Amino acid sequence: MASIARKTAVLLPIFVFLAALPLLAAYLDNPYLLSLFSRILIFAIAAVSLDLLLGYGGLVSLGHAAFVGVGAYTVGILFHHTTIGEPLLGIFAGSENALITLPLAVLAAAGFALVIGAMCLRTSGMHFIMITLAFAQMLYYTAIGLEQYGGDDGLPLYARNTFPGLDTNNDLSFYYLCLVSLLLILFLAHRMVHSRFGLIIRGASHNPDRIQTLGVNPYTHRLVCFVIAGAGAGLAGALLANQSTYISPGLFHWTLSGELMVMVLLGGLGTLFGPVLGAAAFLLLEEVLAMYTEHWMFYLGPVLVVVVIFARKGLYGLLIGSGKNHD
Amino acid sequence: MTDHILEVRNLRKSFGALLASNNLSFSVRRGDVHALIGPNGAGKTTLVNQISGFIRPDSGSILFEKTDIVAMPAHRRAAMGLGRSFQITSIFDHLTVAENLTLAILAHSGHTFRFWRHCLRIPLVQQTLPSTLERVDLDHRANLPARHLSHGEKKQLEVGMALAGNPKLLILDEPMAGMGPGGTVEMSKLIRKLKTTMTILLVEHDMAAVFALADRITVLVYGTAIANGTPDEIRTDPEVRSAYLGEEG
Repeated sequence: MASIARKTAVLLPIFVFLAALPLLAAYLDNPYLLSLFSRILIFAIAAVSLDLLLGYGGLVSLGHAAFVGVGAYTVGILFHHTTIGEPLLGIFAGSENALITLPLAVLAAAGFALVIGAMCLRTSGMHFIMITLAFAQMLYYTAIGLEQYGGDDGLPLYARNTFPGLDTNNDLSFYYLCLVSLLLILFLAHRMVHSRFGLIIRGASHNPDRIQTLGVNPYTHRLVCFVIAGAGAGLAGALLANQSTYISPGLFHWTLSGELMVMVLLGGLGTLFGPVLGAAAFLLLEEVLAMYTEHWMFYLGPVLVVVVIFARKGLYGLLIGSGKNHD
Repeated sequence: MTDHILEVRNLRKSFGALLASNNLSFSVRRGDVHALIGPNGAGKTTLVNQISGFIRPDSGSILFEKTDIVAMPAHRRAAMGLGRSFQITSIFDHLTVAENLTLAILAHSGHTFRFWRHCLRIPLVQQTLPSTLERVDLDHRANLPARHLSHGEKKQLEVGMALAGNPKLLILDEPMAGMGPGGTVEMSKLIRKLKTTMTILLVEHDMAAVFALADRITVLVYGTAIANGTPDEIRTDPEVRSAYLGEEG
């Protein structure tokens, strides 16, 4: 088992680096770093939530972007109604307060995950992959059809949501909001996978029949896990809408689902912190490679193949020492 | 009247043209070790899967504790006290031995929707895990991932998990399959120990073990129970001898 000392030796410097990044950005006089790393933190939240399904639940969802999109559109639609001054459904004036929009985005994503998961989880294996993909694509085309919210073009937001006591339009404050959100999600996910619920989920991932003979219905546990993962992705979507002050149907698209999956695999399946590394590696590689070629995916592919073949637990396994999955 | 914990009545199940259960009836008395034997392809595992709820029979009924459980999903049957082990060991390979048993203990305690406390630090687990480990002689292996256990140890773990819920009826599907003589002796000892607290339905190929352990035996051929009785009755039953024991030699 990876020793706690080893983990601390690796993870602590990373957290210190993330906490001190704004200093580095200021020193290099490169404000873009802050926005890039905010995106990394947000994608990390989505990837960690997907890892709950892929790595712990054994549920290969290719539709995780659906919940990122729902989270983002919740923020976007609520914001839109405050700016045009026309209440949503004639009753709700909309909101630009993050303390209202973020929880609503999380709830909306959880609600969609409940309905979609309830249907998808009746299938398994290849069918599950395809049906999660199908639902996400349905939402993608629905978003295109939402003419009042920009349709195909998406919808620009004129400002970020406000957060009491915090100037969110300041990239520095917003960066720390993302960092705290990620730490919170990591902490909650860590508690969850080691709880009795998490144990059932991990067991059911390899052997659902056996779980049944123990008197547990794997379906309901998986559904709750699906909803929790969807809620996490919803938070990521809500932050992403704020970060870029823009929402578009692309947030639902299966390519985003695929990218999230790549982040999880690259970082380390079933490791929770791995997907954070995966998100960072993916976005940084994209950033660097895109400077040289627009076909950066072509170069990312081999990297992914090498990592998946040679490092069973991805980048996390390389750093911490691979082998055993759980501490 | 005899107290039957399990009654199977007129069970029928076909896979295409193959009749895996053909008007199959038999009963298990409370407190017995009841063995189920029969040549390969007699439909033993299909029967076990119907009793535990993985296969739905075409017709017939299965009464467990006087309740018809035919329409009940597997996890509800398990919660009622119907435990089983699998012919092909079916443990959670990627979890440790302690986690495997913890999972079984917690599953049976209900309350699996708890998200906060570490599963190994729950009082119930701390109370019952050591004795469960000891019961199946795996205390020295607690923190080993289950995939690293020997074949015999995996079988022991498998039984341990079925035991964690204190089932009223324990179905053991070929617990001795693939075991050396030492393992068979160990498993026989374990079954005798368990017999004092629960009813056991034993599906097994090892005839010596079956005749030594069982109180009653049901012989299955082509999906039908051709004989029921004590080991002595079965040994002398001419139909059984020609259908089954004769071939085994």
